[in-house]
Amino acid sequence: MFFTYLRRELRNRRKQTVVVAIGLAVAIALVIVVNSVSAGVRDAQASVLESVYGVGTDVTVTQAGEPGAGGPGAFAFGSEDGEASEDGTRSLAQDNLSVARGSASFDVSALETVAALDHVTGVSATLGLQNTSFSGEMPDFEAMQEQMEAGERPEPGTAGGGGAAGGSSFEVNSFDVTGVDPAADAVGPLTTVEVAEGRTLTADDADANVAVLDATYAEQQELAVGDTLTLAGTELEIVGTVTSTTGDGVATASDVYVPLAVAQTLASLDGQVTDLYVSVDSASNVDEVASAIEAALPDASVSTQSDLAEDVTGSLSTASSLVGTLGTWLSIIVLAAAFGLAILFTVSGVNRRTRELGTLKAIGWSRNRVVGQIAGESVAQGLIGGVAGVLLGGLAVAAINLAGITLTGSSGGGAFSFGGGGDVGDRLQQMGGQAPDAGAAGAAAPGGGPFGGGGAVASAVDVVLSAPVSLWIVLAAVGLAVLGGLLAGVVGGRRAARLRPAEALRSLA
Amino acid sequence: MYQIDTLTKTYQQGKRVVHALQDVSLRIDDGELVSIQGPTGGGKSTLLQMLGGLDRPTSGSISLDGTDLAGMNDTDLTRVRAETIGFVFQNFNLIPTLTAQENVETALVPSGVSKEERAARAVAALESVSLGDRADHLPGELSGGQQQRVAIARALVKNPKVLLADEPTGNLDEETRDEIVDLLEGLWKEQGLTLILVTHDSVVARRTPRRLRIAKGQVKDLTA
Repeated sequence: MFFTYLRRELRNRRKQTVVVAIGLAVAIALVIVVNSVSAGVRDAQASVLESVYGVGTDVTVTQAGEPGAGGPGAFAFGSEDGEASEDGTRSLAQDNLSVARGSASFDVSALETVAALDHVTGVSATLGLQNTSFSGEMPDFEAMQEQMEAGERPEPGTAGGGGAAGGSSFEVNSFDVTGVDPAADAVGPLTTVEVAEGRTLTADDADANVAVLDATYAEQQELAVGDTLTLAGTELEIVGTVTSTTGDGVATASDVYVPLAVAQTLASLDGQVTDLYVSVDSASNVDEVASAIEAALPDASVSTQSDLAEDVTGSLSTASSLVGTLGTWLSIIVLAAAFGLAILFTVSGVNRRTRELGTLKAIGWSRNRVVGQIAGESVAQGLIGGVAGVLLGGLAVAAINLAGITLTGSSGGGAFSFGGGGDVGDRLQQMGGQAPDAGAAGAAAPGGGPFGGGGAVASAVDVVLSAPVSLWIVLAAVGLAVLGGLLAGVVGGRRAARLRPAEALRSLA
Repeated sequence: MYQIDTLTKTYQQGKRVVHALQDVSLRIDDGELVSIQGPTGGGKSTLLQMLGGLDRPTSGSISLDGTDLAGMNDTDLTRVRAETIGFVFQNFNLIPTLTAQENVETALVPSGVSKEERAARAVAALESVSLGDRADHLPGELSGGQQQRVAIARALVKNPKVLLADEPTGNLDEETRDEIVDLLEGLWKEQGLTLILVTHDSVVARRTPRRLRIAKGQVKDLTA
């Protein structure tokens, strides 16, 4: 009788059922879309982080450098360095391999310290370096000084133009080099790369002068497997190129990968590393491990995945905050409106059915049975709304996924902005005009002064938004709709419960 | 058997106190057919609701087979209504979305009988009011007389001891009225139940062996 009566009532009050169900469906669909997009954005953030920090990394350990420390050191040229041309201009070239600006290296013994901590399942260390090369022509500073002493102002040169006495033409190139332990492949930046050509680093390469290049970087530099790359005066054989597994065209964490020991030797940083990648046995232990590392390594900067996620910038960050705030509030408001609608219709339904419910009580239906009937009808409406909402939400999510929305995210804490030819050129040009000490032409930018600099190198990653609809979201959404129905049923049922049969029949007699 | 002693019921209507029943004392034996007449607002329906355990008196007692209905809690009163008392209303009060058979079955729901037994007893009750062929019809598809027959079948399907009918012919034409009164009279004789009819209609009242008149909250037995 319960289901027969329920079915007939819902069918008879089709308009009300449809309005309540649509209200709940829209609210539920919105909840599903917000949750799915939110999960999609989280996945996208994870992809960005994975492309930078590797799969399975729960905690990263770095050490911030002292202000002004790190980065390319001074390019020091003697007055007789390079080859002089007929007009006195000298052709110069110099490489500088050092720890990236803003970060500092620390002793590799930290790896053992972290590995010994509870809940740590894997640790790998890398040495993040930056190779900055300077090549070009510099003016004959001795001649310039003589001219100045004679009261003549040298004609300013044109950056990049070269040629004229006192002018300069030069090029500054920079690329990232990461020293990785070829034997540690469970965690770290190499977990999100796949071989494009050749091979990746193996345990046998521990001390070999070999390098693996990011495929995009290799293409830009027109380098291929079998070529050589000169790093700090040492020729390395390029044995392979790699691409990111997180998406097509996505750059990997570094331009060049070399064995850790080789990187340490080339940068004169024996026994030093810059990053530890730590995996933890359970997500619930991540914070505990992070705290333990902070206690064991007081100078270290310890970041968990959630800390790192906050560092993700770009349209991905905008989408994240949009979904996180606007989406959530919109869901709550629409859900509250839908619940209110369901309650309103249920209560008005009870009012309209006063005689009917009074009669049922008169013929012996208990209060609980009457309330149960009303609540059952409301819950069924909620269920219909929930199922419709899941379908509607599923379609909306499918549409979002089909739209192929691309989000761009960067991570790494501050972009490394290289001043660029114009800026650097202008500065050096001014220096030329000021006739610096001929004996130490250059000494440009100690610690990279004029080169804008942040911390680690930013890695911009394009990720196509893929909003997943999990079973959990579906169940939670239907549960919410049923809850809405139940709430309406409880409110309407309470009204029905208070109904005294005598008054119900008397008021309509 | 009903035993009513100094029964009083007052209502508050705004600032006005309405004395619906005043010191009513009355005895109705098992198997009696009693009509209650009186002017509108005289207390007829209030007395019927007291008899049916739908409302509690302000003072006095009303006992059915020795049990005081006034002192019962809601659960016990609901059980008495479900098992012992049948109601027939002026407006039939059928559930519009349920068929005639399902309407009759609603009276058996509280007693927890099986679905099959419920259906069989509902069909038998409908046949006893000559509506066996209308079991699948919705109330809206039935005439007023047929709807009242369904309501009578609903009241009788649980084999109550008492049948309380509040203006059962109030909304019917004369011909249908007579049919319904014939039916009720026949069922009363056949089933030996106590039948109490509230009516405006003197024609109906005159057909009952015992006639009560209630006015200004006080009852007078016209056949005493």
